[in-house]
Amino acid sequence: MTAFPSPLVGYLLVAAVLFAIGLAGALIRRNAIIVLISIELMLNSANLNLIAFWRFGPHSSALTGMMFAIFSIAVAAAEAAVGLGLVISIYRHTNTAELDKINRLKG
Amino acid sequence: MNAVFYLLAAITIAGGLAAILLKHLIHAALAVTVAFGGIALLFLQLDAQFVGFAQILVYIGAVAILIVFAILLTHGADLPEKGVFNKGWAAALVIAAAVFAVTGWAVLQSIDAVPQRNAAPVVSMHDVGNALVGRYVLPLEIVGLLLTAATIGAVIVAMHEKERSR
Repeated sequence: MTAFPSPLVGYLLVAAVLFAIGLAGALIRRNAIIVLISIELMLNSANLNLIAFWRFGPHSSALTGMMFAIFSIAVAAAEAAVGLGLVISIYRHTNTAELDKINRLKG
Repeated sequence: MNAVFYLLAAITIAGGLAAILLKHLIHAALAVTVAFGGIALLFLQLDAQFVGFAQILVYIGAVAILIVFAILLTHGADLPEKGVFNKGWAAALVIAAAVFAVTGWAVLQSIDAVPQRNAAPVVSMHDVGNALVGRYVLPLEIVGLLLTAATIGAVIVAMHEKERSR
C-alpha cells in the first residue's frame, strides 16, 4: 500500500480534492445555505493542509500549524454563525434563499 | 499510507460530493456532517488529538446544528421548481476542475521537496495549553473578542425588525 512516496502527499491530495469540491459547490448551487456549506468544506481542507504540514514538517514541538488550525476553526465558526444569520435575514426580506432571485440591493 | 487513511479519505470525499450534489438540503446537511467527521478522524490519524476533538465539538456539534436550523427557518426543505443548479454550472465545473488540476500538479511536482518525517510528534495537552496562554495569548484574546462580536452580530442581524421596516 505505498502508492505515494510520502504520506504527506496523500493528505495534500485529499485536501486538494475537498477544496475543488467546495469550490464547485459554491459555484453551481443556487441555494445560499449550500454555498455556505461549501465554504466550510474549503476552510476544512485548508485546516487539513495545516495539520498535515505540522505533522510531517520539522519543528512540530513549536505547535505552529496546530495553533493556526485551532484559530482557523474558531474563525470559521464565527463566519458560519454570521453567514447563516444573514441568510435568515435575507429570507425574511425577500422570501427566498436562492441566490439568483436575490438581485435587488433595496430589499 | 495505510488502509485506514484510504478509507477515511474515501468517506470524507464521498460526504463532500454528496453535500454539493444532493437535492434535499437536509440530506446535504447530513452529508456534510459525514465529511466533517471524516476530517476529524483524519486529524486524529495525524496525531493532532486536540484539533480532532475540537473539530468534532465545533463542526459536528455546533455548525451542523446551525445549518439545520437555518434550513428549517428558510423553508429549505421544499424543493425549488427550477432545479437546484444554476445556469452556469458547466463553466463552474470547468473552473473547479482547473483549480484541482493546478493544485494537484503542484503537489505532485513537489514530491521530492516535501518534508518526510515519520516519527510521530510528542505533544501533550499540557504543551497545547501552555502554548495557548503563553506564546499565542494575544491571538487567543482576539479570537475571544471576535467570537463575542460575531455572536452578538448574528443575533442582531437575524432579529425581527418590526419598527424599522416601514
